[in-house]
Amino acid sequence: MLEVRDLTVHFSVTAPNAWPWTANQTLKAVDGVALSVAAGETLGVVGESGCGKSTLARAILNLITATSGSIVWMGQEMAGASPQKWFNVRKDVQMIFQDPLASLDPRMTVAQIIGEPLRTHHPDMSAQEISQRVSAMMSRVGLTEQHKNGYPHEFSGGQCQRIGIARALILEPKLIICDEPVSALDVSIQAQIINLLKDLQKSMGLALIFIAHDLAVVKHISDRILVMYLGHVMELAHKKALYATPRHPYTRALLSAIPIPDPDRERAKVIQLLHGDLPSPINPPSGCVFRTRCPQAVERCANEVPLLHRLDDQTQAACHLA
Amino acid sequence: MNLLEVNNLGVQFQTRDRVVHAVNGISFTLNAGQTLGIVGESGSGKSQSVLAMMGLLARNGQASGQAFYKGEDLLTMPSATLNRIRGNRMAMIFQDPMTSLNPYLTVERQMTEVLQFHKGMNRKSARARAVEVLDAVKIPQAASRIDMYPHEFSGGMRQRVMIAMALLCEPEVLIADEPTTALDVTVQAQIITLLRELQRDFGTAIIMITHDLGVVAGICDDVMVLYGGRVMEQATAKSIFYQASHPYTIGLLQAVPRLDKDEETLVAIPGSPPDMARLPKGCPFCARCTFAQATCRNDMPQLMVSDLNPAVLRACHKSAAVVMSVGALEVEHA
Repeated sequence: MLEVRDLTVHFSVTAPNAWPWTANQTLKAVDGVALSVAAGETLGVVGESGCGKSTLARAILNLITATSGSIVWMGQEMAGASPQKWFNVRKDVQMIFQDPLASLDPRMTVAQIIGEPLRTHHPDMSAQEISQRVSAMMSRVGLTEQHKNGYPHEFSGGQCQRIGIARALILEPKLIICDEPVSALDVSIQAQIINLLKDLQKSMGLALIFIAHDLAVVKHISDRILVMYLGHVMELAHKKALYATPRHPYTRALLSAIPIPDPDRERAKVIQLLHGDLPSPINPPSGCVFRTRCPQAVERCANEVPLLHRLDDQTQAACHLA
Repeated sequence: MNLLEVNNLGVQFQTRDRVVHAVNGISFTLNAGQTLGIVGESGSGKSQSVLAMMGLLARNGQASGQAFYKGEDLLTMPSATLNRIRGNRMAMIFQDPMTSLNPYLTVERQMTEVLQFHKGMNRKSARARAVEVLDAVKIPQAASRIDMYPHEFSGGMRQRVMIAMALLCEPEVLIADEPTTALDVTVQAQIITLLRELQRDFGTAIIMITHDLGVVAGICDDVMVLYGGRVMEQATAKSIFYQASHPYTIGLLQAVPRLDKDEETLVAIPGSPPDMARLPKGCPFCARCTFAQATCRNDMPQLMVSDLNPAVLRACHKSAAVVMSVGALEVEHA
């Protein structure tokens, strides 16, 4: 359904203490990412802050223009497409944002917020029909009729996220990009929202791109998982394979760092600590971007960029040693 | 004598139209080398309870009860005495290192100030000591990085600076208020490992406030579960994780997606956390509890010794035996 090839997003930034005539530096937020999403599937995208996962999501929707690469949606090439063409595609591709309150207009009522995509994309739809569809969608995401005339500030974080989900689903899209939809919520509410997304996906046949930094949450919802580090794909694998036999050293480190809510297991496990900090994306390391923190790095890693290659039918990894 | 003994601690806030009871009836003791975990969702009162002990409540806040540090009550002592204890014998690490460090001062100035005030050191020896502590929390090139400003550090390094600052005077009690919530998992693992090593080497007592049950499992000896400003269950970490006996604790544990289990759907707790200004008359959890009856809505359950295990304190009208047998059934069913 969606096929992204060699997607690159570069930002031009002014160097610190630069003279007015010095050239700008390039920040490589996303560098050569390829992915594909099939209908009804969930692709999880994980990585730490600054790895480019949100930029990737925005570039797929053209909220940020990609520097190069191709985005093919249902067989149409979208890179460099006209705004009119993107407008039509956005009927089918919607987004759910991280901060539930900040992504809702504080001066609109809930019914107006949820109905806005309908008014934009179906300008000839009658007010009565919009109202009916909004009510139907609200009950589907667990909001009641009384909530219709409320304003976003009257709702809790979990309820605001439900409003955001209703707004994304009202056009009956085929793909939803969720950018950290649960990381701002409490544990008990987080479980409600994850279950809701899973149920809606089943009943509406949605495809999801689910972005998160929490590998446990991603495991719960995804079919395949993409691990990113410093703008590059490190590993792309089916869920079971990724958690049972992570092939990339970064995936292994990330998995071992997640605390397990079980005292005996948590205290017995060996954590593979990564030393140092994330390198700057303005001046990434040569060769493999992970080599400066990789416990297994060899000389080849500094000289040659590892390409994402297929290891078996479940897993692709970008590592010389995998 | 216990290092820290807290009896019936409460926090009230006077707002324009009513009094909000943010924390009610918290009691615990803490000794050298021990770690107490305080777990709860946002608004459950976990931060306010420790801020009260440190005398850091907002101006409209009022603490009640007693909090003894080596037999002296922190809540009633004059602020001059309190100033000699906090930052010195008891130190605190805050959640967001960027907003709790002073952006106008170099790390060196912020750290030496603490030593000059509490230890009466001169600037030069204070600086040497500060570099030593930055080294201990594994900040590379500490001697040169000490002259940097907070914004020049990454998130994980900034949190290390905060921890170093809290450790300058080798405190006996370290209060960590969500120290890793703003950090990535790999950095979180670094910080937790660091805290564990510090505890092992210096015998520091730690109060760890968090909403992450995984962090609690890794570092805490005793755990206190808060909800709506009240203690729901208080026991050893093992008992909380393996024999949870309060409906809220059980619900919380089931709601966490886990790496080590393959669950098809998560068991979510229905509803949302209570409004602290409009708490129900009875148990704060009753609106979301599957066991709730009329008594739960009308009478506040007292924190009492569990009928199954004398080491467990729980606040629930239902007996532990009933809750645990049904809870176990639900888990099997799920």
